[in-house]
Amino acid sequence: METITNFLFVGVGGQGILTASDIAASVGLAAGYEAKKSEIHGFSQRGGVVESHVRWGEAVGAPTAEKGTVDFLIALEILESARWGAWLRPGAAVLINRQRIAPMTVTVGDAVYPGDEEILEAVRARTDDVTLVDALVIAEQLGNSRMTNTVILGALSTRLDVDPETWLSVIEQRVPPKYVAPNRKAFQEGRRAVS
Amino acid sequence: MKKAGSTTAKRRLLSGNEAIALGAWEAGVRYAAAYPGTPSTEILPALAQYAGVKAEWSSNEKTALDSVIGASFAGGRALAVMKHVGVNVAADSLMSLSYTGVGAGLVLVSADDPGAFSSQNEQDNRHYARFGKFPCLEPSDSQEAKDFTAFAFELSERFDTPVMVRSTTRVSHSKSPVEVSMPEEPRQWETLPPFEREPHKYVMIPAHARRRHPEVEKRMEALADYAESCPLNRVVWGDKRVGVISDGMAYQYVREVFAGFSFLKLGLVHPLPEQMIQDFASEVDTLVVVEELDPFIEEQIRALGLDVIGKGDTAEVFPTTGELTLARVRRAALQAGLPVEEEAEAPRETAVDLSIPARPPALCPGCPHRSVYFNLRKLKLLVSGDIGCYAIGVLPPFEEMDMLISMGASIGMAHGAKQAGCPDDVVATIGDSTFFHTGLPELANTIYNQGSTCTLILDNRTTAMTGGQEHPGTGVTLQGEPGYQIDIEAVVQAMGVEDLWVVDALDVEGVEEAIREAVAVDDRPSVVYVRGECVFVPGYQRRPVAMVDQEVCNGCGFCFRVGCPAILKSEEVDERTGRPKAKIDPLLCTGCTVCLQVCPRSAIYQTEEQEA
Repeated sequence: METITNFLFVGVGGQGILTASDIAASVGLAAGYEAKKSEIHGFSQRGGVVESHVRWGEAVGAPTAEKGTVDFLIALEILESARWGAWLRPGAAVLINRQRIAPMTVTVGDAVYPGDEEILEAVRARTDDVTLVDALVIAEQLGNSRMTNTVILGALSTRLDVDPETWLSVIEQRVPPKYVAPNRKAFQEGRRAVS
Repeated sequence: MKKAGSTTAKRRLLSGNEAIALGAWEAGVRYAAAYPGTPSTEILPALAQYAGVKAEWSSNEKTALDSVIGASFAGGRALAVMKHVGVNVAADSLMSLSYTGVGAGLVLVSADDPGAFSSQNEQDNRHYARFGKFPCLEPSDSQEAKDFTAFAFELSERFDTPVMVRSTTRVSHSKSPVEVSMPEEPRQWETLPPFEREPHKYVMIPAHARRRHPEVEKRMEALADYAESCPLNRVVWGDKRVGVISDGMAYQYVREVFAGFSFLKLGLVHPLPEQMIQDFASEVDTLVVVEELDPFIEEQIRALGLDVIGKGDTAEVFPTTGELTLARVRRAALQAGLPVEEEAEAPRETAVDLSIPARPPALCPGCPHRSVYFNLRKLKLLVSGDIGCYAIGVLPPFEEMDMLISMGASIGMAHGAKQAGCPDDVVATIGDSTFFHTGLPELANTIYNQGSTCTLILDNRTTAMTGGQEHPGTGVTLQGEPGYQIDIEAVVQAMGVEDLWVVDALDVEGVEEAIREAVAVDDRPSVVYVRGECVFVPGYQRRPVAMVDQEVCNGCGFCFRVGCPAILKSEEVDERTGRPKAKIDPLLCTGCTVCLQVCPRSAIYQTEEQEA
């Protein structure tokens, strides 16, 4: 099972991580791979960390990857990009949405939210391939912050050998009809932001 | 149940839960009932989309199973769905259902939670199959979840037995490809033939029960024979130096970690195919068992006299606690000296020492439980808690829950503590759905015995923790249609509680006053009924957001004690106190005004409607 590509989507509850990972898994299936995805719902997710695994390959057993084997880390929140550093394969790609969401531990003063540069330094210590995307800003400019995840998927799509139209057709199936056009735009803007 | 002739087949990514629903529907299930519980919750909503099946939320898991038993006895294939601990609630009926057997096929889905991601324990429900003497099937991906569920109905009818399909969090909540072939014509609802009376089978008076017990033993013998040829158990031959026996999600980890070796993959885990296991063991040099949680299969294999590497007699190799992962299986295999590949090379070690703040769960902005836990902390009461979002009250900044054990138990635990002579003022906190689940009989007990505890019923108009399911207090069905809405206030009064306070959850002082007065009643039970609305209830009305007047705020930090994720520390520091001032994230704020009510300097104000 050498040929598995592992994605790890991370962030905070409510950021659309599960939708993004659902789309990535469906794209894998549409592109002819065996695809699996896995995440945890429930108690731990109320305002907590959300992680969702996606795996593409010719044969995929476990729906979750192992530490040290993640090829693509997609962080919808900047601090979360650092939390998952140990999961990366050497040379892995990290895509980060530049957005800070303070956890309760920071709000009540028990912990300090590090600066962006400190966080990026920690991620870059793991891999050189780190891309920062202003996905939230782009989505807001397009009129809806909830498309942040679509922007980041656009950015991710540039790193994979799958036709962008395959991504777009999956996205179209996932979003309500009236949001199809803006999401197409958000996806394209995400691609442009990293090219 | 005839399937329509023409079908369209395609491959889709389905979660284990969606696949279980599809499998049940394909098997022609007529009636399904469940109480929501992670990781089982999504099965019933998925099933409710299909025509020709009656699916309902039940008030608890025993009600669900009892209803399903009635449906089966009446001749309709029926499905009961619950999380692992829910089976404990239903176990009274389940144990005797084993004696009666079924009418039409009856399947119980138990969704276990290894790792206790969203549960109070990680019990291994395969034991129920052995304890209750009925078969247990374990799928390891979504395709199997669909196929095994459909198969379970056949097995149930063939052997006149309830059948348990045991899923786990990782099976239920992972998506993998499933061959979906949907009949093009929707199934029509048909009435069943009249009930076939068989009191010796369906009425478990002692005389009948004694006669049914030998039938159960005979059935298990027949099932043990059948297990040897059951298509759900299969051998995959590879390198015979190592042979691995596994079940459920463990098989997926094993497939990768022990790639190239031989496997015995068990789909029917009770009863076990003993001869098949003996034959497999005789072909391989080293026998290994990998299973999640208890050594359920392993102990039975050891009882056959086979030597096996597993969780071990003394020193544990494969872990008994927590969820398995690829890494845990690999590490254990390496530790046991098995010839598997080393762990992936770690990414280059970081020299950067970054302290990453934890992100514990928190009550959502606008949550109606906030004012209650803010006040409970202030009043320093002994708090007996229950299952639901309000369990977050045990975490900072509230840290105001002293006991929590199972659904509905808050009221009984509070009562017992007080009856035993606990000098503290004791309150029980219980949600609306939990109140209908098992809170009702517990409150009846307190009232009957004239206990002196105070019960706080925290009504947020939904089953919030599992994602917002309807219940008897909302009066809306699983399909979103009108049911009957039971009025909690009227129920409490009708049960005989005279000392009842009804308060608005967003009125911080009102909640405090009600709790103070109710706790002061010390010779009979009291109830505070706190009414609010979960922010995820459809139609929830956000109000204008709150803002902090930076001129007035002096950074006292009092508003941080309401534990709202929308209240942040601003960059601005108060010159006199040297503390950061508060600010409110307008995207997160719902305008609940709890922070505004507690601010000692009145520095927080609500924006006007037009600004919001």
